[in-house]
Amino acid sequence: MNKVKKEGRFGIHGGQYIPETLMNAVNELTAAYEHYKNDPEFNRELQELFNEYANRPSRLYFAKKMTEDLGGAKIYLKREDLNHTGAHKVNNVLGQALLAKKMGKTRLIAETGAGQHGVATATAAALMGMECVVFMGEEDTKRQALNVYRMRLLGAEVIPVKTGTATLKDAVSEAMREWTNRVSDTHYCLGSVMGPHPFPTIVRDFQAVISKEIKQQILEKEGRLPDVVMACVGGGSNAIGTFYHFIEDKDVQLIGCEAAGRGVDTFETAATIATGKLGIFHGMKSYFCQDEYGQIAPVYSISAGLDYPGIGPEHAHLHDIGRASYVSVTDDEAVNAFEYLSRTEGIIPAIESSHAVAHALKIAPTMDKDKIIVITISGRGDKDCAAIARYRGENIYE
Amino acid sequence: MSNIKNAFAGGKAFIPFITCGDPDIDTTYKVVIEAVNNGADLIELGIPFSDPTAEGPVIQEANIRALSGGITTDKVFDLVRKLRETVTIPLVFMTYANVVFSYGADRFIRTCSEVGIDGLIIPDIPYEEKEEFTPYCDKYDVDLISMIAPTSEDRIAKIAKEAKGFIYVVSSMGVTGTRSSFSNDLSHITEKIREVTDVPCAIGFGISNPEQAEKMASISDGAIVGSAIIKILAQYGKDAPSKVGEFVKSMKDAVRKA
Repeated sequence: MNKVKKEGRFGIHGGQYIPETLMNAVNELTAAYEHYKNDPEFNRELQELFNEYANRPSRLYFAKKMTEDLGGAKIYLKREDLNHTGAHKVNNVLGQALLAKKMGKTRLIAETGAGQHGVATATAAALMGMECVVFMGEEDTKRQALNVYRMRLLGAEVIPVKTGTATLKDAVSEAMREWTNRVSDTHYCLGSVMGPHPFPTIVRDFQAVISKEIKQQILEKEGRLPDVVMACVGGGSNAIGTFYHFIEDKDVQLIGCEAAGRGVDTFETAATIATGKLGIFHGMKSYFCQDEYGQIAPVYSISAGLDYPGIGPEHAHLHDIGRASYVSVTDDEAVNAFEYLSRTEGIIPAIESSHAVAHALKIAPTMDKDKIIVITISGRGDKDCAAIARYRGENIYE
Repeated sequence: MSNIKNAFAGGKAFIPFITCGDPDIDTTYKVVIEAVNNGADLIELGIPFSDPTAEGPVIQEANIRALSGGITTDKVFDLVRKLRETVTIPLVFMTYANVVFSYGADRFIRTCSEVGIDGLIIPDIPYEEKEEFTPYCDKYDVDLISMIAPTSEDRIAKIAKEAKGFIYVVSSMGVTGTRSSFSNDLSHITEKIREVTDVPCAIGFGISNPEQAEKMASISDGAIVGSAIIKILAQYGKDAPSKVGEFVKSMKDAVRKA
């Protein structure tokens, strides 16, 4: 069901809708990945990077105070925020950078929204001695100025993208354009489970470590599987990583939390499953926010990392077959959750992850005390503090 | 079999690209008529897309100007109906997969056929995904134009064998836009194409002056020019038609020499 057919499809979604100039590059990547994914030496090196460099396995933390406060299901937090570089993004980046290195590539390019994927890519490039160029929407370079500085500190070049809405989608477009310009020495380190095959599969496999660990950890702590696992969804990499090893466990409910921005009934939203329709964009067939003529909509969310008009093809498929459900969470609800988790557990979650926390605040009190929810905290919220303060009317700048 | 072969029947072809609705639909109409009157053999009409990932800055901006001006797929079809009252040379659309897909592939391609569009160039539909649209292209006799790039290598024969209308050879790496140098082995690519098919091939991406057009036409069946024309439109707006006409004439004269 969730297996990729040979052409890289998840049900009707996925595929390789890219210019001919890039076809041999993605074919080369597919072949290399097929070779290395089962290579013991590659996996040993990646595991070592995960454990020794990225601080894996990440903790599965029982949020006792939150559980007591909400009075319903037991809540566990999967602490991807404790990874090196502060988010789940590093899992995928270490995998892809290692793969690129094995392929003889010397240069990594990447898009970034909130800057977490850019920071992770810049980090891996520094570690592995590779050149790094990160494309970031100009709007996002303002929202996430600290991450721009971090990337430069790590030796990467950050190129502000001024086209379109100057956010994540435009950064993806510009990174794709740059890749068509230079494929021979360059690997496009795509940051989410999107784009043309093989990216949705490669990124999922590297992020699947999240659910692999959750499963092991929850069995150790509770002796059983959780009732709900949930995560925020932009492109959907931390969510698919959180879901993957539970897909075959039909009793585990999978919930993805999309960014509703100012609400799904407004134009200022990024909730793709709620408001989008089937389309073809950025190399894949999936759901996209778009107008009646297929023009991609200028989406909005307070979270730069979820501010994307599409969703990964495997999520689109899990939605179609009803295996996962996708809910929308507004800016306001996410900001409340950001503050709630900070005060209640002393954990400042990324504004992206706060979308998942916000939905947990709604459902946990309605569930019995013997139920278990696992929320993936995809990243830490230090990067968001200035923006949230401004949202609350406090004029602070980084 | 579409009308496209006629574009190459009288020697080397000159193929201009025009973004529909930039700056408005009346200007596009006049620009096309000027291009036809000055020797264009086939015209690529661009249907704007919000996020044209294969385009450089010049055509990206034209897309934005056109969309801000209120252009839609239906208005472009109306433009073609009006053009077809007088224009007989082949016309093809250049747009992105989502524009066709969202309209409904069957409905879009059927309408192409009804209004007199001979082919479709869709840069984000490679060989592997052409089944998305070819069933409808076959049904309504509209050619899906294949693209071949400097990186195609072992893919050239496979793509060329199934090509229809004409083959669009991408001159160099990267996106559209003027450049000073091209891939070194373009003649190697066109030779490989000719080993497997009689379908004509034209070279595009980055050609901006008569010298380049002549050179590219000398190793292929024609030259495609987009950004250089869009720059004239960006500069002169509603006064662009006669300027584009002059430019097309200079390019067609150069291509004839090839």
